[in-house]
Amino acid sequence: MKKRTPRVLPGFGLTMGTTITGLSLFVLIPLAVLVLRGTTMNWQDFVSAAFSPRALASYKLTFFTALAAGLGNVVIGVLVAWSLTRYRFPGRRLLDGIVDLPFALPTAVAGISLTALYAKNGWIGSLLAPLGIRIAFTPVGISLAMLFVGMPFVIRAVQPVLEDFDTSLEEAAKSLGASGLTTFRKIIFPTLLPAILTGFTLSLARGLGEYGSVIFIAGNMPFKTEVTSLLIVTQLEEFDYSGATAIALVMLGASFLLLFALNLLQRIAFKGGNGS
Amino acid sequence: MSTRVIHLPKLERTAITSEQVLRVVLITTTVIVMTLFFIMPLVVVFVNAFRGGLGAYTAALSHPHTLAAIKLTAIAVLVSVPLNTLLGLGAAWLVTRHKVPGRSLLLTLIDMPFTISPIVSGLMFVLIFGSHSLLGAWLIEHGIRIVFAVPGIILATTFVTFPFVVRELIPVMDSLGSDEELAGVSLGAWGWTLFRKITLPNIRWGLLYGIILCTARAIGEFGAVSVVSGHIRGRTNTIPLHIEVLFNEYQTTAAFAVASLLTFFALVTLIAKEIVMRQVHRKNDQDSSVS
Repeated sequence: MKKRTPRVLPGFGLTMGTTITGLSLFVLIPLAVLVLRGTTMNWQDFVSAAFSPRALASYKLTFFTALAAGLGNVVIGVLVAWSLTRYRFPGRRLLDGIVDLPFALPTAVAGISLTALYAKNGWIGSLLAPLGIRIAFTPVGISLAMLFVGMPFVIRAVQPVLEDFDTSLEEAAKSLGASGLTTFRKIIFPTLLPAILTGFTLSLARGLGEYGSVIFIAGNMPFKTEVTSLLIVTQLEEFDYSGATAIALVMLGASFLLLFALNLLQRIAFKGGNGS
Repeated sequence: MSTRVIHLPKLERTAITSEQVLRVVLITTTVIVMTLFFIMPLVVVFVNAFRGGLGAYTAALSHPHTLAAIKLTAIAVLVSVPLNTLLGLGAAWLVTRHKVPGRSLLLTLIDMPFTISPIVSGLMFVLIFGSHSLLGAWLIEHGIRIVFAVPGIILATTFVTFPFVVRELIPVMDSLGSDEELAGVSLGAWGWTLFRKITLPNIRWGLLYGIILCTARAIGEFGAVSVVSGHIRGRTNTIPLHIEVLFNEYQTTAAFAVASLLTFFALVTLIAKEIVMRQVHRKNDQDSSVS
């Protein structure tokens, strides 16, 4: 804890003013309007809109595809981060620089590009089609798009931990006869776990709300490949503002609960060591 | 990828060979995964963009609707990025240089646009300013359109990109501490001078980094803008929305031609990030070697 210092530096009033005004205008008021709009709804209307079979199908689809993408990102993220920090090989710098591509590339571009790759006549899709594997326009495609947009989270969370990792621990374990796998499981993995969890949480949250990259590859069939954010857009296009609000509130509430639970888990498990 | 056989003294052979194998396997997998997910989507954009030849490419880019989309995106970026830079500087100064009651609540609110789905963000502005709302109806009566018009697009873009600059600045300013500013104050510097002469030179690379991220997202924002835009071609379509329209109309080559423009921007962003990041590291190294 820092010691309490008297207010010496200038700008408190000004920055407090701009921050509060900005947050109110851009965050608090819009959120309040959304919640208010939901609470003025008739309870029965709310439930029938928010928990219609179509909405329920979209929640289930969105949750499981985002979960799969998050878990996939953990595996890929640890692997890529490990190779990029531990090994030196030609092209490493280039790959390291390109890790942030999903953050820099507009999601619409990612969406049409992944669709072009994984559609039946695409470069990768045409290789998989003879094997009976379809990716575009199926839940797998949705998960793939979420995997792409969330990929940098785990990599970038794990990389600095690996860079700072004290290799003497590893060497000690090895000199005591531990196998490579045991060393990884007992020494390296526990150290990485907080970062992995942070990356997983961010990736999951991103997947749950993702729209741009998903809608092109999803196929967007109600009950089958319609994610929740798309359902909200569909309701809006039909001028069903109440329905859209109800579903948005469920989505908002669910993702807050999920993030809260994951943060809590992290804090309990690691005693706030890495949490910001 | 070729595997190299490494000849080593007999004694250590087995141990090192297994590690060597693991190394090759991991590097190969990484290269394959990254080619699949990062390189191929980039390549496919450019290949499809030039499928119809250079003529079709330039025709798609110089189409009036494309030009209108570029102009609208430029407007949204030119308003939202400077606004978020100023707000971000203010918020970062407040959080790192002053004791604020409810600091963690403030940080949660700042992060909110990252947690909320872009679609829900767009919906919020439709609910406030749409024609069915009280405020929206009143504004439209007075000839002011926000939703399904340019102001809505600017609002949505600003909302979604709000956290980028603050989020980059807070850790930088936290780690710098306020000693230099306090010294400045004791020597009589105050207000704007203090910020310009002491703070800004110290945080400039971090600030630039945040601005780069903010700009990239502002150019590419899709969901929130899509909800508030109304998709009026030539009027309320930003570049990403224009790509969607073209793609859905099976004008694939044109869609990818316009997409190649954004992809080019994304690559420039990555390079700029790399350069700025290196400057940040250099600055950190200098600082740690001095102290």
